[in-house]
Amino acid sequence: MIWIVLFAWLQQPANADRGKRAFMEYYCYSCHGTDGQGGAGPRLVVGESPDRLIRYVRKPTGGNMPAYTSKSISDEDLRAIHAYLRSIKPSPPANAIPLLQK
Amino acid sequence: MVDVLKSLGFEYCFSNPANTFRSLHESLINYGNNTAPEFITCTHEEIATAMAHGYAKIEGKPALVVLHGTVGTQHASMAVYDAFCDRVPVYLVLGNHLDAEGRRTPVTWFHSARDAAAVIRDFTKWDDTPISLGHFAESAVRAYKLAMTPPMMPVAVVADAHLQEHGVEEAASLRVPRLGALAPPQGDAGAVNELARMLVAAENPVLVADKLARTPDGLARFVALAEALQCAVIDRKGRMNFPTRHPLDQSNRAAAALADADLIVGFEVSDFASVRSRRSGAKRVTITAGDLFTRSNYQDFQRYPEADVAIAGDGEATLPTLIESVRRLTTSDRRLLFADRGKQLAALHEEALAQAREAAAVGWDSSPISTARLCMETYAQVSDLDWSLVADVIFMQNWPLRLWSMDKHYHYIGGPGGYGVGYGAPAAVGAALANRKHGRITVNFQYDGDLMFAPGCLWTAAHHKIPMLTLMHNNRAYHQEVMEVQRMAVEHGRNATRAHIGTKIEDPPIDFAKLAQSMGVYAEGPISDPKDLAPAITRALNVVKRGEPALVDVLTQPR
Repeated sequence: MIWIVLFAWLQQPANADRGKRAFMEYYCYSCHGTDGQGGAGPRLVVGESPDRLIRYVRKPTGGNMPAYTSKSISDEDLRAIHAYLRSIKPSPPANAIPLLQK
Repeated sequence: MVDVLKSLGFEYCFSNPANTFRSLHESLINYGNNTAPEFITCTHEEIATAMAHGYAKIEGKPALVVLHGTVGTQHASMAVYDAFCDRVPVYLVLGNHLDAEGRRTPVTWFHSARDAAAVIRDFTKWDDTPISLGHFAESAVRAYKLAMTPPMMPVAVVADAHLQEHGVEEAASLRVPRLGALAPPQGDAGAVNELARMLVAAENPVLVADKLARTPDGLARFVALAEALQCAVIDRKGRMNFPTRHPLDQSNRAAAALADADLIVGFEVSDFASVRSRRSGAKRVTITAGDLFTRSNYQDFQRYPEADVAIAGDGEATLPTLIESVRRLTTSDRRLLFADRGKQLAALHEEALAQAREAAAVGWDSSPISTARLCMETYAQVSDLDWSLVADVIFMQNWPLRLWSMDKHYHYIGGPGGYGVGYGAPAAVGAALANRKHGRITVNFQYDGDLMFAPGCLWTAAHHKIPMLTLMHNNRAYHQEVMEVQRMAVEHGRNATRAHIGTKIEDPPIDFAKLAQSMGVYAEGPISDPKDLAPAITRALNVVKRGEPALVDVLTQPR
């Protein structure tokens, strides 16, 4: 069990690094910002499992997001992107940023 | 010609020198003593015209733009179109050699046309080709009058080289026609009174403004109308129509505010068809001078705006009558109801502002720097000064409109009108020139792709000592097109990793600081660490306070 947890932990950064590369290569950042903070598209907030993200990317509901088939991006790359988005450090809240109080 | 042009009160003449108006040029600087108008040297006719566009939005009146025959007018045409779509007065004088006998060289033939204004006729309000000095005087004054009567638009008068260069006969009895005061057209009094009745009776009316406030009075009147009704206002900011921190301002929650509206009134909203309530039976009224004029070729008039009442008239000029009628029709019972409505809207305004701040906090420490961070680092340093934001901010998520406190007519001047790229930088310099005599700090957020269309305006800013703080929004791409090409690749089921081809501006990256420095503008950057931003803005702002332009190149998030 310990080995399984350790293995998963060791895998996570690698996936996140690969996910960041994929996030940039597939131009996800162009609508959602390099840290998924949003831009022309909405901020990206993902849950624990990548399945929901994959389902959404394959068949988006509402908004301007085009549907990506597996020909355009693989499930594996989407899992890596999920890992990257999960790895992003949360931003400070607005009330902790003096410049946003003006 | 100079006497006529001086009578119209032009402060500046924006121009790139050319021989089809060499005589007028020389007369302006010597006979006219280079004052009112002062010759502002521009490095491209598109720059000259866009500068006049930006100038007019601050000053509320046109500047003179003198253009070379054929090629100069062709260069200027996109900027003329932007001003036309933006309903902004720009006064164009076109050099030309109508008489073939006066064409000295083969080049002069290339630069002559039988109908010199034809190339811009589809997107100007009026033009003429006078064939005598008396004719020029009359046409010149008529052109000014038409440009300044809403809907305001560019106009053109051809100054034939023969007329420019041949002396006035001693016996000639020439006079300059008087312009007189111009009163803009108001909406029909009966229709305005009916609208007032509808507004007072409505449960949840929403006022939507776009290019409404032509002058400071427009802003003050719109506030007075909203306060009389205590109703929701959505400012689309084609002009600075309504204070961003006013409790009735619901622009940060526009869709929600519109959803339950039972009456929507559009004030100078060109795409009113897109403004919809979800409520069944909601009434729609428009007030716009746009109904008084249109051209048919270019489709700037937008989708047909269905309305229960369409009032043809200038929005700003119609407001006093509308306000008076609303006040007269408001009973004490309605006033109490209005007060309750106003309190609810104030709470919703605060909630929406808090949400905008939370959204701005996400990615606050990102590198490339978030557009929200760029916006607020700048605001922190100018908010206590008398500032004027002269940039279109749609490609930076409209952060200044969502987060800055704006309450003066020069705090924001709207966008390019026709979305022709290349407007941003020169229009900002023109607006900064208009702001100069008022001692305002002009702020420009500058898109990288836009600056590369017409970078020569930086030289004009340096040469004429036009103070302006430029912060580059440098995402190293024609970013809208990155997204468009990416979308097409996905929709076509093709390779989704090649959208950079033809859309990125990064190999080699453009050094905007060096570009600006080469033209005599203080500049630094590129800055990619958000911690370095504030000190750089401070240094640049000190230069601007001395009366000169300065630029900080900032590597930013895509949007």
